[in-house]
Amino acid sequence: MSFLSVKNLHVSVDGKEILRGIDLELGEGEVHAVMGPNGSGKSTLSYVLSGREGYDVTDGEVLFRGENLLEMEPHERAAAGVYLAFQYPVEIPGVSNLTFLKTAVNAVRARRGQEDLDAINFLKYAREKGEILEMKDELLKRPVNVGFSGGEKKRNEIFQMAMLEPSLAILDETDSGLDIDALRIVSEGVNKLRTPDRSMIVITHYQRLLDHIVPDFVHVLAKGKFVANGGKELALELEKEGYAKFGIEDEAGSEAA
Amino acid sequence: MTPPAETAPVIEEAAKSEYKYGFVTEIDSEFAPKGLNEDIVRFISAKKEEPEWLLEWRLTAYRHWLTMKEPKWAFVDYPEIDFQDAYYYAAPKRDEDKPQSLDEVDPKLLETYEKLGIPLAEQAVLAGVAVDAVFDSVSVATTFKEKLTEAGVVFCPISEAVQTHPELVQKYLGTVVPYTDNFYATLNSAVFSDGTFVYVPKGVRCPMELSTYFRINAANTGQFERTLIVADEGSYVSYLEGCTAPMRDENQLHAAVVELIAMEGAEIKYSTVQNWYPGDEDGKGGIYNFVTKRGICKGANSKISWTQVETGSAVTWKYPSCVLEGENSVGEFYSVAITNNRQQADTGTKMVHVGKNTKSTIISKGISAGKGQNTYRGLVKALAGAEGARNFTQCDSLLIGDECGAHTVPYIEVGNPLSQVEHEATTSKISEDQLFYCQQRGLDPEEAVSLIVNGFCKEVLKELPMEFAVEAQKLLGVTLEGSVG
Repeated sequence: MSFLSVKNLHVSVDGKEILRGIDLELGEGEVHAVMGPNGSGKSTLSYVLSGREGYDVTDGEVLFRGENLLEMEPHERAAAGVYLAFQYPVEIPGVSNLTFLKTAVNAVRARRGQEDLDAINFLKYAREKGEILEMKDELLKRPVNVGFSGGEKKRNEIFQMAMLEPSLAILDETDSGLDIDALRIVSEGVNKLRTPDRSMIVITHYQRLLDHIVPDFVHVLAKGKFVANGGKELALELEKEGYAKFGIEDEAGSEAA
Repeated sequence: MTPPAETAPVIEEAAKSEYKYGFVTEIDSEFAPKGLNEDIVRFISAKKEEPEWLLEWRLTAYRHWLTMKEPKWAFVDYPEIDFQDAYYYAAPKRDEDKPQSLDEVDPKLLETYEKLGIPLAEQAVLAGVAVDAVFDSVSVATTFKEKLTEAGVVFCPISEAVQTHPELVQKYLGTVVPYTDNFYATLNSAVFSDGTFVYVPKGVRCPMELSTYFRINAANTGQFERTLIVADEGSYVSYLEGCTAPMRDENQLHAAVVELIAMEGAEIKYSTVQNWYPGDEDGKGGIYNFVTKRGICKGANSKISWTQVETGSAVTWKYPSCVLEGENSVGEFYSVAITNNRQQADTGTKMVHVGKNTKSTIISKGISAGKGQNTYRGLVKALAGAEGARNFTQCDSLLIGDECGAHTVPYIEVGNPLSQVEHEATTSKISEDQLFYCQQRGLDPEEAVSLIVNGFCKEVLKELPMEFAVEAQKLLGVTLEGSVG
């Protein structure tokens, strides 16, 4: 039984087909990069795996540790170990980062049959994990993502991942909007969280992230399908020759989905 | 709930005779008969063995009430109330009529207590279980009482204060909310059942939150509650009314009056958590809550702060206000009002700036879910003499779903050129993005809404006494249960 098995996945948004038959086998502890130009369906893939509403699966299946992932509610997927680092992290005014995470961590722990962490142990745990991402105390106390810089938001996503300890982490364009220093902190954080029992799907437009987070496999996504699959060298090839090599037009502009 | 048949003639007879103390002992009835007239007012007063001046005051109020009409300007809709079809006096239930243990209490109610994390002992008191004499709270209450007496603080039922401190009650009762004030306040003046009296002497800082004591003792205050709090020069008191636990009551109409008086340099902090029965999903059977609350900052540098969390009742009509008479006095109003299902709330405040350099702050958070309607109605008024007056108002509304409504009706009247008034308002919806983000982190939809709402209300919740802030947070979640699919 493979860890994550995606078979012939077709997904539509508002009646428009975005993913047209994705096949993906992910083994435990493996890191797969999904690369593609804007509008290729990268974010759709991340949302459909994490269970966002509005993404209609018209065909295919997704098995996560042998279970039908598509039948689970988003919070059940989270408890089962699926984590999405958002491309655009969401602000929650008035709720401190720590309160948010304490609620989340304990909700997930409860669903996993573990006891609640009390305030003291939680704080200790948060500080420990915070160090990995160089999160200052002040960032932990501020309302979730409110007034955070782009880099701080992305760091916060990885910090939350460290706290929630998922078995499958999906990183949706974690490198977008990061300067060199922030990129280093974030990818070092991700690398520290890379363990033999944690798999990752790293979604990105650019190769530069993969210099820091070196994938085991690379998939090139175009118009809702994987057009090439290979090892890490595929990313380098793509960097050198551009998406055009795969017959893809890399249009600038906002991603459709 | 019907009175014994023989009651009516006895009362008639008693009412015909001249009012005199003690006639109550001849009547062994738990209820005054249905309806409202001068005899009922006399009956209530006599039951409480009140002095002549108070009976006269009640009667004057009653006669005035007869000339008044129910106000219709609030944005609430409810069936006509028949004021003759209600009981205006019921003695507290005797122990043998109460449930004898928690086993006899509605399991649904207990389930809610459980969710709110209320200890078993308190659950019993809240549910009206006959309390054993050796029950903890009795001794706790006695200890509190001793401590307060030591500090010189008077804290007792207002009916008791009428007997023990008549001069204080007579001096202040009706001075902030006169018996002519409004339809419901006038009705309350005529028939108020009981309530609380607090007097904090000069320079005394009340040694405890008056909340804890209140919670375990004043479960049975009745439908026409009357509260009077006087803080003498340089004193401080914090008072918490109500309870996060849902309270049920056979009386559908509630019309309370609260009067606060702060002398020079005194501070009164008054917090409310109102969670009366809101009715079923169609709004049937819920409490109508028509409350008049007003405080006066009489002396210079005094301060009155209202904090309210309104989650219950089918209809809420309530405007805790401050009259800022003393120079440099400060008025504050922090409010969270939630309406779910068919609940309606029309609530806000009045800040009347009379003295120079007076300051007021209004932070109002309205949350509507289901088919709830939520209105903020507020008045900021600076009189001609209130030079240098300042007000800051922030009114935020949060909508959950697409069948509810939020309304903001601010009135601003400034009578001098040297005042500064600011008003900020926002309306927002809980976004799909926020819900999904929380869910992706492991929160179920209800936990997610509760968290987002608590964040929205944070500025108000932090004004509550610590222990209640925690309970209030849970309460917001419980109130909004079922508001997201």
